[in-house]
Parts: sequence; structure tokens; C-alpha cells
Amino acid sequence: MFGSFIKKSRAKSPWIMHFDCGSCNGCDIEVLACLTPLYDVERFGIINVGNPKHADVLLVTGTVNHRNKKVLKNIYDQMPEPKAVIAIGACGLTGGVFREAYNVVGGVDKVIPVDVYVPGCPAKPEAIIDGVVAGLAKFAQKVEEAG
Amino acid sequence: MATTVIPFGPQHPVLPEPVHLTLKVEDEIVKEAIPALGYVHRGLEKLCEIRDFNQMITVCERVCGICSMIHGACYSQSIEELMGIEIPDRAKLLRVIWSELHRMHSHLLWLGLFADAFGFEALFMQFWKIRERIMDINEATAGSRVIVSVNIIGGVRADLSPDQLRWILSELDIVEKEVRELQDTMMNDYTIKTRTVGIGVMTKAQAWELGAAGPTLRGSGVAQDMRQQGYGGYAFLDFEPVVETAGDCWARSTVRFREVLQSADLVRQAISKLPEGELAVKVKGNPPEGEVYHRVEQPRGECMYYIRGNGTKNLDRLRIRTPTFANIPPLLAMLPECELADVPVIVLSIDPCISCTER
Repeated sequence: MFGSFIKKSRAKSPWIMHFDCGSCNGCDIEVLACLTPLYDVERFGIINVGNPKHADVLLVTGTVNHRNKKVLKNIYDQMPEPKAVIAIGACGLTGGVFREAYNVVGGVDKVIPVDVYVPGCPAKPEAIIDGVVAGLAKFAQKVEEAG
Repeated sequence: MATTVIPFGPQHPVLPEPVHLTLKVEDEIVKEAIPALGYVHRGLEKLCEIRDFNQMITVCERVCGICSMIHGACYSQSIEELMGIEIPDRAKLLRVIWSELHRMHSHLLWLGLFADAFGFEALFMQFWKIRERIMDINEATAGSRVIVSVNIIGGVRADLSPDQLRWILSELDIVEKEVRELQDTMMNDYTIKTRTVGIGVMTKAQAWELGAAGPTLRGSGVAQDMRQQGYGGYAFLDFEPVVETAGDCWARSTVRFREVLQSADLVRQAISKLPEGELAVKVKGNPPEGEVYHRVEQPRGECMYYIRGNGTKNLDRLRIRTPTFANIPPLLAMLPECELADVPVIVLSIDPCISCTER
């Protein structure tokens, strides 16, 4: 019974963690704006946490470069299973405007598996919330499969 | 006393961006801080070799999302200086309006993050609530909330109608009223003063010697503001730099708080002096050749662009020196002998913008 309770609450109240992977801050401040009074995702039970061991969903903004790809992989590995990853912004998807720069590896999916892609430069808070909702559906499915 | 090494970052709840500090502490007192940068380095200065000088505006605006408008304006002004283009007065003042709106939203964002750094979450929410009005103005006038992309070489691409100007003025009145309501809390609250007064002190001489920039410098009593050079539309406006003398975290936050009100005043002045006329001039002639330095005041301080053109559509060299880069040596001077719990407050008090610093 306890197991089913945890299963239900994980999908109902997911904890997100935001990692800036080398973005220009445009998407980061929009992710933060989602948590503030106008958009306020906390009303859906979504809480922003700073510790990867507490997080269910990872939001990644920005391009991956040669220095931070290890950090990103490390954070992803520290999150408990099941987990969902949402890549935000043109840079997180493909490298965006910086794709040809010498220190840019490319999108987030070059390093870790990504479940949902949110386009935009920068992505608007509405788009990010929409992406998180889509990510939650996948996350709930993963929780179900994990049993 | 044995020395303990505590890593701070690259992923840390207070910092929206990855920066790493190695803190050597002895019994809760920080003795030394060693920074490690490079987590956000993209190498975008070199992109000028494959993008032409018009396309580089898009890249320069993405040096930093928070002060993107001012980066774009600085780049455009440098190229205009290099090519000898005189832009219309209306375009100059329109650039000022968007720049100052950006400064307001950047400072409100910072005030919120600063409140969050010492655990005052209600204040963080309040500042970000006020900030959304500025974001609405950006979205309604330029089509995007954060990166407004209004600069083109030779002027601006978007105009403000009389209706929009009236609406901006009425929104600014509301923003100013709401910010003033928080003034007493931000400046006089006992809890906030306990966390900020006398923390991370930097004297005037130290600030000058270490090359601090922007509010970090003005918080230590040096009245230096690049806008006073009168570049672009600032020649038409009347203002004094905001200066505080205490040199601690409280002084730096007060400078930024007062600059929000100052920027609102500058937008009002710019709107009252906005002449009729063209938005942009046609750019004729050869691609830029020669070299130019241009300095502007960003929310975080002085930003310098160096551009060398070789007469082709690609620039030879683009060098960007950003304010946070200048503020890292002062930060390292502030950290020793502070308590470990004060590190997030002190780090945030310079308003670190790592994506600017590392480009």
C-alpha cells in the first residue's frame, strides 16, 4: 500500500531541478519566472529543488560544452529512477545560435536521453509549462512501468 | 586549526548559473576562495569569422539574456561608429527606452534573487511579480519577453506608437509605486540588515584598485557611470550616478534599488523628448574597416566592445569585456574572513552574470 502511495504522489507532485548548462540566461530566467506569482507552477504541486537526489524531473537549458558535459552527466546519474529530462530552448535542442562555436558539443541529447523538447529562443513560460506537463505524462508512464 | 575545503557550485541552489568556487574554511570562517570558470564558455567571439557583421547582432544579443538589449545596442553603435553612420535621434531615444526597461527588469530580477539568497522568499516573489509588468511591456512593444532584438545597424526595427507610450508611462507609474512599497522592507528591515550590513565590505580605494565596475563600484562610493559619456540618446537626458558609500552588501543592494527608480525616470525623460522621424537610416558603403572601442553601462557595470573590421563582411576580431569579469577580483577580496553562511549573499551581491563573463 505504501508503495502505491509513493507511486501516486510522485506523479502528482513532481519535484523539478533546473540546471543551466551554458545558456545565455534567457531561458533560465523564464524557468524561474514559471515559479513566480504570475505563472506559479507550485499550484500544481511542482517544487523547485536544488539537490539532484530529491528531483524527479530535470530541466536543462543551454548548449552542452566540453567542460560541463561531465557535470550534466553527473547530475543526471545522481537522480533516482524513474526520471524525466526536459530540454529547453533552441540551444538545449540543437545548439541554437551557437551551434558552430568551437566549444559547443550540441544539444542536451548528445549526453543524456531527453524526453521532451521545448523550442523557443528564449522559450516562453507558457511553453515551458506546456513542456513540463507533457514531461509529466511521460514521467507517470515511467513510474507505472517501474512498478 | 585544520583547513577544510568546501566546493561551492557549479550546480548550487542560489546560483542560476554554473560557477565553481573552492572555499578553504577554518571553523566556518572562509580563508581563501579560488574560482574555476569555463562551464558556460561557448566561444562566440570567434563566430564573427563565419557570420557577417549584420548577423552578429543576433549572436551579441545572446551573450547574456538579461542585458541582451544593451549588448545589441553596444555592438550596433560600435559598427555605426566604424562605418560613420549617424542614426536618427528617434532611434537613439528608442534604444534608451528599451535599454532602461532592460536595466529595470535586470535589477528587479537581481533584487528578487538577492532576497532569495538570504531566505526571504516572499520578497523574491514580490520583486518578480513587479518585474512581470516590464516583461509585458517588452512583449507588447517588441514581440519577445527577454531578448527583444530591436537593434539593426543604422537604427531600430520597431516603433512605439503614441498609445503604447501612454501605456508604458501608466505601467511605469504602477511599477514605481509597487517598488516604493518595498523600499522600507529592503532598506530598513531588521532581518535583512542583519544579513547585509557590514558583510563583504570593500573600501573605495580597494574597489578602485581592483577595477570593480557598475553598482559594485558605486556601492563603494565611486561615482562612475558610463552613461555619463553621453553615448547614443543619453546625451539628451539629465541624471546623476547613484552612489552609496558603505561598500557592503547593503550598499550594493541599495544602489540597485535606487537605480530601478532612476531608470523609470530616464524612460519618462526619453519619452517626453522623443522626436518624430525615421527609425533607421539606410546603410550604404563598404563593410566596416578599421578598429573601434565602445563602452556602455550595463545593469552590472561597464561593458567594452573592441571591433576590428577588414573591409569584408566578416569582422577580423570581436572582443567583449564584460562587467562581471571585472567584478570577480573584488569578489575574491570580499570573501576572506567572512562566515560560510554569508558566501551566497556576497557572491550574489556583485550580480554575477557568468554567461557574460565566459561568453
